[in-house]
Amino acid sequence: MSGRSIAPTTRWLLRSNSALVIAFLYAPIILLAVYSFSGSRIPGEWGGFTTEWYARLFDDSRIQKTIGVSVRVALVSTVIATVLGTMSALALERFKFRGRRVFDALLYLPIIIPDVTMAVMMLMFFTQAFDLVDLLFGLGLSKGFATIVVSHVAFNIAFVSVVVRARIAGMDATLEQAAADLYANRWQAFRYVTLPLIAPGVLGGALLAITLSLDDVVVTQFVAGPGSTTLPVYVFSLIRKGVTPTINAVSVIMLLASLTLVAGSVALQRAQAVRGRTNSE
Amino acid sequence: MTVLPDADALETALGEAERRGEVAERRRGLLLALPSFAYMVLFFAVPLVIVLVYSFATRTSSGSTALSDWNLEAYRKLGEPIVRNVVIRSVVLALITTVLCLVIAYPFAYFCATRSATVRNLLLVAVMIPFWTNFLVRNYAWRLLLSSGGPISSFTESIGLGPTEILFTKTAVVIGLVYAYLPFMILPLFASIDRLDWRLVEASRDLYASGPASFRKVVLPLTMPGVIAGSILVFVPSMGAYVTPELLGGGKETLLGSYIVTQFLTARNWPVGASLSFVLMAVMLVSTIIYFRAGGKNL
Amino acid sequence: MNNRFRRARRLLPLAVLPMITLAACGGDSGDSGSADDCETGQVDGDLYLYNWSEYIDPELKDAFAAEYGVEVIEDNYDSNEAMQPIVAAGNSGYDVIVPSDYMVSIMIEEGSLMPLNLDAIPNMSNLSAEFNPPPYDPDGAYVAAYQWGTTGLGVDLTVMGEDTPRTWGLIFDPELSANFDGRITLLNDPRETLGAALKYLGYSLNTTSADELAEAKALVADAVDRIAAFDSDQYDELLATGETAVAHGYSGNMVVGIDEAENPDNYTYFVPDEGGTIWTDNMAVPFDAPHPCTAHSFINFILDAENGAQLSEWNYYGSPNEASVPFMDPEFLADETVYPSDRSKLEFITDTGDFETEFSDALSEAKG
Repeated sequence: MSGRSIAPTTRWLLRSNSALVIAFLYAPIILLAVYSFSGSRIPGEWGGFTTEWYARLFDDSRIQKTIGVSVRVALVSTVIATVLGTMSALALERFKFRGRRVFDALLYLPIIIPDVTMAVMMLMFFTQAFDLVDLLFGLGLSKGFATIVVSHVAFNIAFVSVVVRARIAGMDATLEQAAADLYANRWQAFRYVTLPLIAPGVLGGALLAITLSLDDVVVTQFVAGPGSTTLPVYVFSLIRKGVTPTINAVSVIMLLASLTLVAGSVALQRAQAVRGRTNSE
Repeated sequence: MTVLPDADALETALGEAERRGEVAERRRGLLLALPSFAYMVLFFAVPLVIVLVYSFATRTSSGSTALSDWNLEAYRKLGEPIVRNVVIRSVVLALITTVLCLVIAYPFAYFCATRSATVRNLLLVAVMIPFWTNFLVRNYAWRLLLSSGGPISSFTESIGLGPTEILFTKTAVVIGLVYAYLPFMILPLFASIDRLDWRLVEASRDLYASGPASFRKVVLPLTMPGVIAGSILVFVPSMGAYVTPELLGGGKETLLGSYIVTQFLTARNWPVGASLSFVLMAVMLVSTIIYFRAGGKNL
Repeated sequence: MNNRFRRARRLLPLAVLPMITLAACGGDSGDSGSADDCETGQVDGDLYLYNWSEYIDPELKDAFAAEYGVEVIEDNYDSNEAMQPIVAAGNSGYDVIVPSDYMVSIMIEEGSLMPLNLDAIPNMSNLSAEFNPPPYDPDGAYVAAYQWGTTGLGVDLTVMGEDTPRTWGLIFDPELSANFDGRITLLNDPRETLGAALKYLGYSLNTTSADELAEAKALVADAVDRIAAFDSDQYDELLATGETAVAHGYSGNMVVGIDEAENPDNYTYFVPDEGGTIWTDNMAVPFDAPHPCTAHSFINFILDAENGAQLSEWNYYGSPNEASVPFMDPEFLADETVYPSDRSKLEFITDTGDFETEFSDALSEAKG
């Protein structure tokens, strides 16, 4: 299935470009990993090998707590945003319905809005909404985990939808129609035909969503409640007094954790690879 | 000779069925969109109204926003020369970033898409993993890489080119932005290259004989949705970026992102911040839609 | 019930114009609490502290937690302007915040702070007269000073030697600044950076004269080409690693940064002779703090003489606590970088009201 007809020079160029891209992406990561073992507090100064920062990390319940919040927020918001984003992408690319254009436009806005503007508006929104809920139902809600997740989903739906749409757009719909005739119900048609076809787009969208969620500072800072801070917000607040190599150590550990996860899923993918290939041809 | 009326009747019946099918399709589409539509209205459109309302309000002398004396003062401020300069500078920077990302990401996504399923997914995840570290830490790492005593400078010095001074220049900003948004280009590009019908490509190779021609006339048009989506995902956030320009460029030029942040968090002038955001969003939305439509025709 | 009714009235227009009222921001939303019934040392729940990062000795937090049997939950912010809207919106959940001087006057004006119950804070009398009451809280009703410091220049002495002139001209005088070959950082803060230029010109840094500001703006605009970066966060590290030779920044950070350099003796920090900024950070209680009594106990705890000494020596910032002096290292007290002997030319940054937007525009325009 791959580009058998590619000329050798082109192939060589593609390969070296890819190697360079990977090198570019990992250069700063390697550097920060190295300095997470440096004895000096000041970045760029090698103070001799030490594992002090890792030891500190294991003692620091505050950092551990923020990591926990970050990971939970990222996972929950990614799952919700991926489901909703994929549904909107399918609706927009495959169906005509009333309000389609408005919906289409609405879905671009979270990508376009400056993050500080979104932060301010979500803060004002939650404050007002909670006042209203308290007044109407006597429920005293407060900001925290849920408000962070709600806000992350609000911007992530849009990003997932854009990536999935790039996959669906122009994709031949006849296969799905044939499947719709073939299978007894629509769910089966979706599950066995459409989903495998759009899976790479969905995976890409989910990866983007998890990344955006793990990186968001400004919006989270404004919608987090006391004691529910995420890691990036905590790190950002550190910059005045200097980000210690402990934060580098956190990055390295998150890196290792994700690498382990990936390694684990490779085995899984291997098993599915055969089926994936037959499906996409 | 009763064929004609029969054909008519058949056509009407078919039309009727088609129409009914279409109605059902519409309903299905709406149902599919409804959950996210409702979510976006409640948690995005409604809050957005707040921004709109603020943009017509007035900054009090203590920096809060008085929701009275509605006026267009905040919009009038957007006509000042500083805003125009800031916008032009930011657009140029975002364009450079987008083009560079596209040039780097396209071959990479193409390479990924032509690997086996396992390698492909592995590469894709490998692209994202660096971004699961902290973005501030990544920026500091770049600061270190580019600093006058850093690895790049030491390397150029050791091969006799003398030290390089990249940190706190525009080049550093571009490097930082390309780094930050490259995955945003790779993901949609990959999603659209990956679903290419390779039989078409092979056929075009037979037809055009040359690789570049077949790329230009078949591959590129077919992957246009990815190019467009990727460009939007890179261009838009580059326009609003402020942490990277400040950390790597030294914040010596006012860019749109930092100008908006300044309005909200330094001048505490929410009406101006809101009006600026609103105009920006309106302009970007219209151009995005036009861009997508134009791209759509190429399909 | 009373609160409920008040809020109902405020939301009444909601029925008429739902959207607009939804946007109606609330310096007044949430229930305003009161500390009138709090007694010295009383606690009414865990302490939620909203503070600048790394600004309190963790041992002090632990000691408070142990003494009063509560948990201390701390979140951090990196600027007054990011903290203020979160607290002002109401329902922030924090008991104690640490705003700077000018932000205190803004927050008092907007009703974001709860008046302190001074009966529950007997240690208030430990504060020196200079800070009690402070100029930004003339009645001494809302805040207790936490730490104070100055804004000045950190300089690499190897460039111009021990007798490097102590002037803002190192940045603003083209000839003097040429010595540093662009290795200069300025704070990315309109009031501080334009304030430095105003001081260099001999004006007040709280000027509301458009002409004086225009002069300062021209100076900064001219300096932009000669500097490496505007940086409010890492200036001390850039200085200590040799990336820069002159850094505009806050006293405590600079001193700590210099201390970590390879040769600390090669660096110094001073407030230029033309004068500069003196600032304070202050403990305050948000208007709707959930645990006002714990908050008061905490403030009283920090104002304790020994605790105050420990706090300042840990932070390397000046202590407003007069009673702490006997508990502090004489060497620390004699440190000119922490306690400049001549404070006559130091000025607090005060809120200039409508003129604030002029300051912020001036910096944006100076950068171009």
